Amino acid sequence: MKRWILIAAALALAIAAPAIIPAWRTQLAFLWVMIVFSLTWDLLGGQMGYNSFGNIVFFGIGMYVCAVVQRDLHLAYPVTLAAGIAAGGALAVSVAALLGSGILGLRGHYFAIGTLGLGIAAGELAGGWDFVGAGGGMVPPQYPGALGGRETFFYYLSFVLAAVTFVSLRWLYAGRFGLAINAIRDDEDKAEAMGLWTTRYKTAAWCVSALFLGIEGAIVGNLIGFIDPRETAFAGSTFGVWMVLMAILGGKGTLWGPVLGAVVFHVMKELFWTYLLGWQRVALGFLIVVIVIFFPVGILGWAREKWPELFGHRDEKRAAAEASG
Amino acid sequence: MTPILEVQRVRKTFGGVVANREVSLSVPEGKIYGLIGPNGSGKTTLFSSIVGTHPIDSGSIKFRGEEISRLRVPQIARLGLLRTFQQTRIYGKMTCVENLLISVAPGTLSWRSMLARPTAEETRKAEDLLAFVGLHSKRHLRAGDLSFGQQKLLEMAMALMSEPRMLLLDEPTAGINPSLINGLIARLRQINAELGITLLVIEHNMRVIMGLAEYIYCLAHGELLAEGEPAAVKSDHRVIEAYLGAH
Repeated sequence: MKRWILIAAALALAIAAPAIIPAWRTQLAFLWVMIVFSLTWDLLGGQMGYNSFGNIVFFGIGMYVCAVVQRDLHLAYPVTLAAGIAAGGALAVSVAALLGSGILGLRGHYFAIGTLGLGIAAGELAGGWDFVGAGGGMVPPQYPGALGGRETFFYYLSFVLAAVTFVSLRWLYAGRFGLAINAIRDDEDKAEAMGLWTTRYKTAAWCVSALFLGIEGAIVGNLIGFIDPRETAFAGSTFGVWMVLMAILGGKGTLWGPVLGAVVFHVMKELFWTYLLGWQRVALGFLIVVIVIFFPVGILGWAREKWPELFGHRDEKRAAAEASG
Repeated sequence: MTPILEVQRVRKTFGGVVANREVSLSVPEGKIYGLIGPNGSGKTTLFSSIVGTHPIDSGSIKFRGEEISRLRVPQIARLGLLRTFQQTRIYGKMTCVENLLISVAPGTLSWRSMLARPTAEETRKAEDLLAFVGLHSKRHLRAGDLSFGQQKLLEMAMALMSEPRMLLLDEPTAGINPSLINGLIARLRQINAELGITLLVIEHNMRVIMGLAEYIYCLAHGELLAEGEPAAVKSDHRVIEAYLGAH
């Protein structure tokens, strides 16, 4: 009961936020965007143990596909936007399935380096392809509503995506899918020796991650209102790095960790940009170092090591002995 | 009696080292057989060859009459032939119950079951098996936090969870508290008698293997040195020489 009240309160706050602090709508929309980045990265990096630096590729694909559909499909704005988001998600999933069959055969550092190459290659390709505006980028079509309506509209869209992503992952983690990708993380050879279809699970996990990232890319392209191949779409040095950091900061391999990490990171980042202007990147770099040194297992990971009982890890015999003695 | 596992003239080399030289053995269905030999005699290599970890150079391996020497590890596992490892392999960051829940018979896993939750029946079976190996009170602990001996027991429970037809056990009693060894032997017998799982056991503890196995193969320097009933193998002078290094 208490739990439902909390959920209802959080929902109400999320829905009312643009009306309460309208000046912050874009920053708040980006909070939801960051949560999706962090959650989708953690699906592979935390839950499955495959540290991907190439997830930004799916984000960029979604962004470009949506913009192209919006540009070339001469229909009403809401129709083209919906079609663009769907196409962006679909193509991102197809690319993940195609790449997955090859690159997911790599393990450990080799996988990380291979995916790093993907992100860079995608940025270069988009920057040289005239069909998508090459280095000049693309501008998604004008939002037809009232001035300022765009921010509110895309705030809600980002919020819905973040909520759907969270609920979907929560559901997946609770089932056999979650157990299987955790097993792959802990000992992939053992999982194979036990007869699990590891390739199937790995590819499926990457596709799920790509689906939400593709949709997110489609939304963010419209939220920002301008697509640059290397700065917004295939932004490996900003979004691409941040998604990893946020998941690690919150505690990778947990459901709430990436959410917590995204909130903390985004708030800190916005504070730096507001109060430390000129030094904001230095401060952000410093924050990254602090995260890696002091929170190697993240906030929730640290809490789990300190209070394992809170996370359900207890020895019942010992607990019973302590209770009676 | 039809053999469930038939290994014929298997040869495996690593560079210039011959780890297995024309090894042949067969294990009848429903029995407990032993595999002994000094360190480095090729026992674990033979296990790895059987379950498909590495391709063999020549020879044939048949499981239930089917040639498996060209199949990959997961395919062989799905036929119901599993191994445990000398250095235990468990899923360290998952709880004991979770370790078992993901070890259900892979044959029952369809595409759709990827999304399903573990059933009540599977959960009950997992808890029963943990009770069987004496880890029930630790079922919500992370497997990586267990002691080495407990991890070995957990690994055995995982193997049982997947209902194999045959289990290859690599030194099941190594690293286990001596006071628990008798209990472990009793459980291995119980697995064999009640569940009908055929066992092939690598073991260095002579007291254990002589009491457990009804037939023993002995490897030395990658070759089959002797075979027979425990008493015969134990008194075979070639086996004694191999162990004492009288070459």
